[in-house]
Amino acid sequence: MKQFAALLRKDNRPVRYLVVDDSVFARKNLIKMIEMFGGEVAGEAGDGLTAIAEYGRSKPDIVLMDITMPQMEGIEAVERIVRQHADARIVMVSSVGYQENILAALQKGAKHFVQKPVKPEVLYEILRYVLSDDPNATGVPVALAGESRS
Amino acid sequence: MRMELIQPFINAADAVFAESLQGPTKIMDLSMDEDTYRRKGVAALITIKGEIEGRVILDLSPDVAVKVASQLAGTEMEASEQLVRETVCELANMVIGNSVTLLNDAGFRFKVFPPEVHMDQAGLTGSVDTEALVICIETPCGEIYLNIAMHYLRRRRQERDTAHALD
Repeated sequence: MKQFAALLRKDNRPVRYLVVDDSVFARKNLIKMIEMFGGEVAGEAGDGLTAIAEYGRSKPDIVLMDITMPQMEGIEAVERIVRQHADARIVMVSSVGYQENILAALQKGAKHFVQKPVKPEVLYEILRYVLSDDPNATGVPVALAGESRS
Repeated sequence: MRMELIQPFINAADAVFAESLQGPTKIMDLSMDEDTYRRKGVAALITIKGEIEGRVILDLSPDVAVKVASQLAGTEMEASEQLVRETVCELANMVIGNSVTLLNDAGFRFKVFPPEVHMDQAGLTGSVDTEALVICIETPCGEIYLNIAMHYLRRRRQERDTAHALD
Protein backbone atom coordinates (compact mmCIF):
# COMPACT_ATOMS: atom_id res chain seq x y z
CA MET A 1 0.00 0.00 0.00
CA LYS A 2 1.27 3.45 -0.90
CA GLN A 3 2.46 5.53 2.06
CA PHE A 4 1.66 9.20 2.42
CA ALA A 5 3.42 11.81 4.48
CA ALA A 6 1.04 12.93 7.22
CA LEU A 7 -0.98 16.07 6.58
CA LEU A 8 -1.00 17.99 9.87
CA ARG A 9 -2.36 21.24 11.21
CA LYS A 10 0.01 24.10 12.03
CA ASP A 11 -0.16 23.12 15.69
CA ASN A 12 1.12 19.68 14.62
CA ARG A 13 -2.11 17.98 15.54
CA PRO A 14 -3.93 15.69 13.08
CA VAL A 15 -6.31 17.30 10.60
CA ARG A 16 -9.90 16.57 11.70
CA TYR A 17 -12.41 15.48 9.05
CA LEU A 18 -16.19 15.31 8.87
CA VAL A 19 -17.21 12.56 6.43
CA VAL A 20 -20.64 12.94 4.81
CA ASP A 21 -22.04 10.18 2.60
CA ASP A 22 -25.28 8.19 2.70
CA SER A 23 -23.39 4.98 1.96
CA VAL A 24 -21.81 3.39 5.04
CA PHE A 25 -19.05 1.68 3.09
CA ALA A 26 -18.29 4.83 1.08
CA ARG A 27 -17.71 6.56 4.45
CA LYS A 28 -15.53 3.66 5.61
CA ASN A 29 -13.51 3.92 2.40
CA LEU A 30 -12.91 7.65 2.96
CA ILE A 31 -12.06 7.09 6.62
CA LYS A 32 -9.47 4.49 5.58
CA MET A 33 -7.83 7.13 3.36
CA ILE A 34 -8.01 9.80 6.09
CA GLU A 35 -6.13 7.45 8.39
CA MET A 36 -3.55 6.85 5.64
CA PHE A 37 -3.03 10.62 5.53
CA GLY A 38 -2.54 10.83 9.31
CA GLY A 39 -5.93 12.47 9.87
CA GLU A 40 -8.62 12.01 12.47
CA VAL A 41 -12.37 11.54 12.02
CA ALA A 42 -14.25 14.34 13.80
CA GLY A 43 -17.65 13.04 12.78
CA GLU A 44 -19.78 11.21 10.24
CA ALA A 45 -23.13 11.99 8.65
CA GLY A 46 -25.40 10.18 6.22
CA ASP A 47 -27.30 13.21 4.91
CA GLY A 48 -27.00 16.98 4.53
CA LEU A 49 -29.14 17.90 7.53
CA THR A 50 -27.11 15.74 9.91
CA ALA A 51 -23.93 17.14 8.34
CA ILE A 52 -24.94 20.69 9.31
CA ALA A 53 -25.54 19.65 12.92
CA GLU A 54 -22.33 17.58 13.00
CA TYR A 55 -20.32 20.51 11.64
CA GLY A 56 -21.53 22.74 14.46
CA ARG A 57 -20.76 20.07 17.04
CA SER A 58 -17.37 18.85 15.81
CA LYS A 59 -15.90 21.95 14.07
CA PRO A 60 -13.79 19.91 11.64
CA ASP A 61 -10.87 21.26 9.62
CA ILE A 62 -12.17 19.64 6.43
CA VAL A 63 -15.53 18.26 5.30
CA LEU A 64 -15.69 15.51 2.67
CA MET A 65 -19.22 15.84 1.25
CA ASP A 66 -21.18 13.58 -1.10
CA ILE A 67 -23.69 15.28 -3.44
CA THR A 68 -26.61 12.89 -3.84
CA MET A 69 -28.06 12.10 -0.43
CA PRO A 70 -31.52 11.70 1.15
CA GLN A 71 -33.27 14.52 3.09
CA MET A 72 -30.83 17.23 2.02
CA GLU A 73 -28.37 17.02 -0.84
CA GLY A 74 -24.72 17.93 -0.47
CA ILE A 75 -24.81 21.18 -2.42
CA GLU A 76 -27.56 22.66 -0.21
CA ALA A 77 -25.71 21.49 2.89
CA VAL A 78 -22.56 23.26 1.63
CA GLU A 79 -24.48 26.49 1.18
CA ARG A 80 -25.93 26.33 4.69
CA ILE A 81 -22.67 25.36 6.37
CA VAL A 82 -20.73 28.12 4.59
CA ARG A 83 -23.45 30.64 5.45
CA GLN A 84 -22.96 29.86 9.15
CA HIS A 85 -19.20 29.19 9.03
CA ALA A 86 -17.53 31.28 6.34
CA ASP A 87 -14.18 29.57 6.95
CA ALA A 88 -15.54 26.05 6.31
CA ARG A 89 -13.40 23.94 4.00
CA ILE A 90 -15.54 21.52 2.07
CA VAL A 91 -14.40 19.09 -0.62
CA MET A 92 -17.16 17.50 -2.68
CA VAL A 93 -16.78 13.76 -3.22
CA SER A 94 -19.25 12.43 -5.76
CA SER A 95 -19.70 10.02 -8.63
CA VAL A 96 -21.70 12.66 -10.49
CA GLY A 97 -18.90 14.61 -12.07
CA TYR A 98 -20.59 16.81 -14.65
CA GLN A 99 -19.83 20.48 -14.91
CA GLU A 100 -23.14 21.89 -13.63
CA ASN A 101 -22.77 20.04 -10.34
CA ILE A 102 -19.15 21.00 -9.86
CA LEU A 103 -19.89 24.66 -10.65
CA ALA A 104 -22.94 24.72 -8.37
CA ALA A 105 -20.92 23.26 -5.48
CA LEU A 106 -18.06 25.71 -6.00
CA GLN A 107 -20.48 28.64 -6.26
CA LYS A 108 -22.06 27.64 -2.95
CA GLY A 109 -18.65 27.66 -1.28
CA ALA A 110 -17.06 24.23 -1.76
CA LYS A 111 -13.28 24.41 -2.16
CA HIS A 112 -12.73 21.47 -4.49
CA PHE A 113 -14.24 18.39 -6.11
CA VAL A 114 -13.10 14.79 -6.39
CA GLN A 115 -14.86 12.14 -8.42
CA LYS A 116 -15.64 8.62 -7.17
CA PRO A 117 -14.11 6.11 -7.16
CA VAL A 118 -11.67 8.19 -5.14
CA LYS A 119 -7.98 7.57 -5.79
CA PRO A 120 -6.01 8.14 -2.57
CA GLU A 121 -3.25 10.02 -4.37
CA VAL A 122 -5.79 12.39 -6.00
CA LEU A 123 -7.58 13.07 -2.71
CA TYR A 124 -4.25 13.60 -0.97
CA GLU A 125 -3.17 16.28 -3.44
CA ILE A 126 -6.55 18.02 -3.21
CA LEU A 127 -6.40 18.03 0.59
CA ARG A 128 -2.87 19.37 0.49
CA TYR A 129 -4.05 22.19 -1.76
CA VAL A 130 -7.14 22.99 0.32
CA LEU A 131 -5.20 22.87 3.58
CA SER A 132 -2.54 25.19 2.21
CA ASP A 133 -5.21 27.89 2.37
CA ASP A 134 -6.04 26.99 5.97
CA PRO A 135 -4.46 29.18 8.67
CA ASN A 136 -4.41 26.17 11.01
CA ALA A 137 -2.64 23.83 8.61
CA THR A 138 0.92 23.57 7.45
CA GLY A 139 -0.11 22.93 3.86
CA VAL A 140 3.08 20.95 3.56
CA PRO A 141 3.03 17.33 4.66
CA VAL A 142 5.06 16.37 7.66
CA ALA A 143 7.37 13.46 6.93
CA LEU A 144 6.46 10.05 8.26
CA ALA A 145 8.61 8.80 11.10
CA GLY A 146 11.84 7.46 9.64
CA GLU A 147 11.20 8.98 6.22
CA SER A 148 13.98 11.18 4.93
CA ARG A 149 13.09 14.54 3.47
CA SER A 150 15.25 16.54 1.16
CA MET B 1 -27.47 0.38 -31.54
CA ARG B 2 -25.29 3.46 -31.18
CA MET B 3 -21.91 2.27 -30.03
CA GLU B 4 -20.65 5.85 -29.58
CA LEU B 5 -23.32 6.24 -26.88
CA ILE B 6 -22.61 2.87 -25.29
CA GLN B 7 -18.82 2.90 -25.33
CA PRO B 8 -18.55 5.57 -22.58
CA PHE B 9 -20.52 3.29 -20.23
CA ILE B 10 -18.29 0.30 -21.00
CA ASN B 11 -15.14 2.39 -20.53
CA ALA B 12 -16.45 3.89 -17.29
CA ALA B 13 -17.50 0.48 -15.92
CA ASP B 14 -14.12 -1.00 -16.74
CA ALA B 15 -12.26 1.91 -15.10
CA VAL B 16 -14.55 2.09 -12.04
CA PHE B 17 -14.44 -1.67 -11.36
CA ALA B 18 -10.68 -1.88 -11.84
CA GLU B 19 -10.02 1.14 -9.62
CA SER B 20 -12.52 0.51 -6.85
CA LEU B 21 -12.12 -3.28 -6.69
CA GLN B 22 -8.33 -3.07 -7.00
CA GLY B 23 -7.83 -5.74 -9.63
CA PRO B 24 -8.09 -6.67 -13.29
CA THR B 25 -11.43 -6.80 -15.08
CA LYS B 26 -12.35 -8.73 -18.20
CA ILE B 27 -15.34 -8.58 -20.54
CA MET B 28 -16.55 -12.18 -20.51
CA ASP B 29 -19.62 -12.00 -22.68
CA LEU B 30 -21.34 -9.52 -24.96
CA SER B 31 -24.78 -10.03 -26.49
CA MET B 32 -27.80 -8.17 -27.90
CA ASP B 33 -31.09 -8.35 -26.09
CA GLU B 34 -34.52 -7.09 -27.21
CA ASP B 35 -36.66 -8.89 -24.64
CA THR B 36 -37.66 -7.98 -21.11
CA TYR B 37 -34.51 -8.03 -19.06
CA ARG B 38 -34.23 -10.96 -16.67
CA ARG B 39 -32.15 -10.08 -13.67
CA LYS B 40 -29.25 -12.25 -12.55
CA GLY B 41 -29.33 -10.81 -9.04
CA VAL B 42 -30.07 -7.34 -7.67
CA ALA B 43 -30.38 -4.66 -10.34
CA ALA B 44 -30.14 -0.88 -10.34
CA LEU B 45 -31.96 0.77 -13.24
CA ILE B 46 -30.95 4.28 -14.25
CA THR B 47 -33.00 6.27 -16.74
CA ILE B 48 -31.50 8.96 -18.95
CA LYS B 49 -33.61 11.60 -20.72
CA GLY B 50 -32.61 14.49 -22.94
CA GLU B 51 -30.74 14.83 -26.22
CA ILE B 52 -29.82 11.19 -25.74
CA GLU B 53 -32.15 8.78 -24.01
CA GLY B 54 -32.20 5.29 -22.69
CA ARG B 55 -31.45 3.28 -19.63
CA VAL B 56 -28.63 1.38 -18.00
CA ILE B 57 -29.11 -1.62 -15.72
CA LEU B 58 -26.31 -2.74 -13.43
CA ASP B 59 -26.91 -6.22 -12.08
CA LEU B 60 -25.01 -8.44 -9.65
CA SER B 61 -25.72 -11.24 -7.22
CA PRO B 62 -26.14 -10.42 -3.50
CA ASP B 63 -22.96 -12.43 -2.75
CA VAL B 64 -20.95 -10.36 -5.21
CA ALA B 65 -22.49 -7.17 -3.78
CA VAL B 66 -21.29 -8.04 -0.26
CA LYS B 67 -17.78 -8.79 -1.59
CA VAL B 68 -17.79 -5.44 -3.44
CA ALA B 69 -18.95 -3.60 -0.30
CA SER B 70 -16.21 -5.25 1.78
CA GLN B 71 -13.60 -4.36 -0.82
CA LEU B 72 -14.78 -0.74 -1.03
CA ALA B 73 -14.96 -0.36 2.75
CA GLY B 74 -11.59 -2.07 3.27
CA THR B 75 -13.14 -4.29 5.93
CA GLU B 76 -15.45 -7.30 6.04
CA MET B 77 -19.09 -6.14 5.79
CA GLU B 78 -21.99 -8.08 7.21
CA ALA B 79 -24.50 -9.18 4.55
CA SER B 80 -27.90 -7.48 4.66
CA GLU B 81 -30.54 -6.37 2.19
CA GLN B 82 -29.72 -2.74 2.99
CA LEU B 83 -26.02 -3.28 2.28
CA VAL B 84 -26.80 -5.02 -1.03
CA ARG B 85 -29.10 -2.15 -2.09
CA GLU B 86 -26.51 0.46 -1.11
CA THR B 87 -23.74 -1.36 -2.93
CA VAL B 88 -25.67 -1.76 -6.17
CA CYS B 89 -26.68 1.92 -6.06
CA GLU B 90 -23.18 3.15 -5.22
CA LEU B 91 -21.61 1.06 -7.98
CA ALA B 92 -24.27 2.17 -10.50
CA ASN B 93 -23.78 5.82 -9.48
CA MET B 94 -20.03 5.56 -9.96
CA VAL B 95 -20.35 3.96 -13.41
CA ILE B 96 -23.06 6.39 -14.52
CA GLY B 97 -21.30 9.40 -12.99
CA ASN B 98 -18.10 8.64 -14.85
CA SER B 99 -19.83 7.90 -18.17
CA VAL B 100 -22.02 11.00 -17.84
CA THR B 101 -18.87 13.06 -17.49
CA LEU B 102 -17.58 11.60 -20.77
CA LEU B 103 -20.90 12.17 -22.56
CA ASN B 104 -21.25 15.71 -21.16
CA ASP B 105 -17.75 16.49 -22.36
CA ALA B 106 -18.85 15.26 -25.82
CA GLY B 107 -21.54 17.98 -25.75
CA PHE B 108 -24.70 15.99 -24.93
CA ARG B 109 -27.19 17.48 -22.49
CA PHE B 110 -29.50 15.17 -20.58
CA LYS B 111 -30.89 14.37 -17.15
CA VAL B 112 -29.94 11.28 -15.18
CA PHE B 113 -32.58 9.93 -12.80
CA PRO B 114 -31.57 8.34 -9.49
CA PRO B 115 -31.12 4.55 -9.53
CA GLU B 116 -34.16 2.36 -8.90
CA VAL B 117 -33.22 -0.88 -7.18
CA HIS B 118 -35.04 -4.04 -8.25
CA MET B 119 -34.87 -7.06 -5.97
CA ASP B 120 -38.23 -8.70 -6.70
CA GLN B 121 -38.82 -11.68 -8.97
CA ALA B 122 -40.32 -9.76 -11.90
CA GLY B 123 -38.25 -8.94 -14.96
CA LEU B 124 -37.58 -5.35 -15.91
CA THR B 125 -40.10 -4.25 -18.50
CA GLY B 126 -38.68 -3.08 -21.79
CA SER B 127 -39.99 -0.49 -24.21
CA VAL B 128 -40.04 -0.15 -27.99
CA ASP B 129 -36.53 1.29 -27.87
CA THR B 130 -34.91 -1.24 -25.59
CA GLU B 131 -32.63 -2.98 -28.04
CA ALA B 132 -29.88 -3.41 -25.52
CA LEU B 133 -26.31 -4.51 -25.26
CA VAL B 134 -25.71 -6.93 -22.39
CA ILE B 135 -22.17 -7.16 -21.06
CA CYS B 136 -20.83 -9.52 -18.45
CA ILE B 137 -17.70 -8.18 -16.75
CA GLU B 138 -15.55 -10.45 -14.62
CA THR B 139 -14.15 -8.56 -11.62
CA PRO B 140 -12.06 -9.66 -8.62
CA CYS B 141 -15.35 -9.91 -6.65
CA GLY B 142 -17.31 -11.86 -9.30
CA GLU B 143 -19.45 -11.21 -12.35
CA ILE B 144 -21.23 -7.87 -12.85
CA TYR B 145 -23.71 -7.39 -15.69
CA LEU B 146 -24.48 -4.21 -17.58
CA ASN B 147 -27.50 -3.86 -19.85
CA ILE B 148 -27.33 -0.65 -21.88
CA ALA B 149 -29.93 0.77 -24.27
CA MET B 150 -29.23 4.29 -25.58
CA HIS B 151 -30.35 6.29 -28.59
CA TYR B 152 -30.42 9.83 -29.95
CA LEU B 153 -33.75 11.49 -29.31
CA ARG B 154 -33.66 13.72 -32.41
CA ARG B 155 -32.57 10.95 -34.75
CA ARG B 156 -35.39 8.68 -33.55
CA ARG B 157 -37.94 11.43 -34.08
CA GLN B 158 -36.64 12.09 -37.57
CA GLU B 159 -36.73 8.37 -38.39
CA ARG B 160 -40.33 8.11 -37.21
CA ASP B 161 -41.34 11.23 -39.15
CA THR B 162 -39.72 9.86 -42.31
CA ALA B 163 -41.48 6.52 -41.87
CA HIS B 164 -44.88 8.25 -41.49
CA ALA B 165 -44.21 10.37 -44.60
CA LEU B 166 -43.53 7.21 -46.63
CA ASP B 167 -46.79 5.51 -45.46
